[in-house]
Amino acid sequence: MERKKIIVATASLAGCFGCHMSILDIDERILSLIDLVDFNKSPINDIKKFTEYCDIGIIEGSCCNSENVHVLKEFRKNCRTLISLGECAIMGGVPAMRNGIPIRECIEEAYLNSPSVKGHNPEMVLPNDPELPMLLDRVYPCHEIVKIDYFLPGCPPRADLIYAALEALITGNEMKLPYEIVKYD
Amino acid sequence: MAQKITIEPVTRVEGHGKVTIHLDEKGNVVRSRLHIVEFRGFERFIQGRPYWEAPVLVQRLCGICPVSHHLAAAKALDVIVGAGTGTGLSHTAEKIRRLMHYAQIFQSHALHFFHLASPDLLFGVDADPKVRNIISVARVNKELAVQGVLMRKFGQELIQATAGKKIHGTGAIPGGVNKNLSEEERDKFTKGAAPMNPGAMVAWAEEAIDFFKQYYKKNKEFIDTFSVFPSNHLSLVRKDGALDLYHGNIRAIDSEGKVILHDVDYQEYFNYIHEEVRSWSYMKFPYIAELGETEGWYRVGPLARLNTCNFIPTPLAQKEFEQYKANTDGKPNNMCMHTHYARLIELLHAAEVIKDLLNDSDLQGNELVRRGEKKHEGVGVIEAPRGTLFHHYRINDNDQVAMANLIVSTTNNNEPMNRAVNHVAKTMMTGKKEITEPMMNAIEVAIRAYDPCLSCATHAMGEMPLHIQVITADGMVVDEIKR
Repeated sequence: MERKKIIVATASLAGCFGCHMSILDIDERILSLIDLVDFNKSPINDIKKFTEYCDIGIIEGSCCNSENVHVLKEFRKNCRTLISLGECAIMGGVPAMRNGIPIRECIEEAYLNSPSVKGHNPEMVLPNDPELPMLLDRVYPCHEIVKIDYFLPGCPPRADLIYAALEALITGNEMKLPYEIVKYD
Repeated sequence: MAQKITIEPVTRVEGHGKVTIHLDEKGNVVRSRLHIVEFRGFERFIQGRPYWEAPVLVQRLCGICPVSHHLAAAKALDVIVGAGTGTGLSHTAEKIRRLMHYAQIFQSHALHFFHLASPDLLFGVDADPKVRNIISVARVNKELAVQGVLMRKFGQELIQATAGKKIHGTGAIPGGVNKNLSEEERDKFTKGAAPMNPGAMVAWAEEAIDFFKQYYKKNKEFIDTFSVFPSNHLSLVRKDGALDLYHGNIRAIDSEGKVILHDVDYQEYFNYIHEEVRSWSYMKFPYIAELGETEGWYRVGPLARLNTCNFIPTPLAQKEFEQYKANTDGKPNNMCMHTHYARLIELLHAAEVIKDLLNDSDLQGNELVRRGEKKHEGVGVIEAPRGTLFHHYRINDNDQVAMANLIVSTTNNNEPMNRAVNHVAKTMMTGKKEITEPMMNAIEVAIRAYDPCLSCATHAMGEMPLHIQVITADGMVVDEIKR
């Protein structure tokens, strides 16, 4: 009897893509995983809109602009189980270091004060085109925007942890969490 | 009727990207732009942090080639702690870092070729997007997919052995490294059961080049004419003109090979390279100061590097390099799709360097860190997989970061990628009544040749999601294509 494949969707919000790379670090296991899993909406394939309700949604990164919030809400609506993958999704991570600083200062540092720009941007051009999404007042972890079911810590979470979590969700067995695979760096 | 076409999102790393193309009543391309739409503000929020945090903190810019940021930051801090630039470290420290870096080049180039480019080559650029991904490769050519997965694994495990972790490691510190490579760790690689050893990796890299050369033979016209335009080229080169991805001076040449920047010291990069800010993208536009904004833009990455260097200092890659150069009679290569070819030659070079380094007993040395007279400012530059990467830090008397400036590889390629989009849009869309799927593919293929940090991951398992809207001048959506 052929078992119905588990449908997985993934997204990268304000993060560095390291968590997605860590998924690839499951190495050869990815070749057996694709027998059990089908990928739906994901930045790493061609599906732009959800085409069916998904079993598992994996979110990397925090919310730093209006588009991130929109994508995250879409995922909550379309995924039965939603996972925050890595420190940015869980608590804002490195991008949240801007939270104590007025956003204007961050922008001016990059586009007016840097040594390779200073003196060469006399008209003080700043990125402000309507094509660019609005930055949020601060960087938000995902669970402050929508309900999150599971949190996998690490920067990035180790491949073994990601695989153990996916295996548990796919088989329905309880997840084993040996000390060695859970890191909080 | 005037139209605006939006391709969104194009990419999803270091910010999301999208392409907009404006057409006038006659279907002429009036304007095209690749927008980078995310901003994180590293330059500002790192201020006040202790300087030794920079190599672990700033690498969080990018999880695809974190080693490059880790090492560029460490190299800048070498200057600050008085260890000098490049050659000031102990042999052990420099060689451990080189091993880490070439492992990174190896895994990143393997990822790009097998996970990203091979679907195009196997199935064709105009194949159904649904099959153009690594999962389909695994289904029709399992051997090729397994090779890709294992080559990446080999590189990642070497990174782990030298940096402590596969992603966001901690091995490089100001003035050196925090561990050497024990004989036991080394033997895991040198005596690894086939195929997980350096010899097998060299052989597989050679096979990858052969695979591409066969493809080139059959598709010469496409490879030689797609998105071709002249540009300047910039990279680091070793003192003797050799390809060196870890350290060197900045050399820039024009499209005919005339030298513009003659092996200058990167500590003063800001005298040679300036950046332009444009209101419609968070990514700045670097240019060679002397030539100005309109003439001074340049390409970086594998294509540029094989244009600027005189030779490759490992025998097998040098042999391939000579063959490759013969395609353009030794002149600079301005053919966008040849970047894939150049990347594979570098893949082979990286495998050879790794093989040699692993046999070097300096890796087991115990002098890990050197320091000298403290300075308040330092610049670190490295050739990341995707091109030249600049890190620049200034610290205050309390050892806190006071200023940070970063010019990442993909930023250096900002103008070339915009040109590529414009070139393809003009060639394929001008005067056409309907914007079709293959036209969108073509735009994507042009961007992908630059392997922008964003898209190498975007493509890791399949196709970029594309969303094109045809919009009238008054904002009405008249056509929409999604995939």
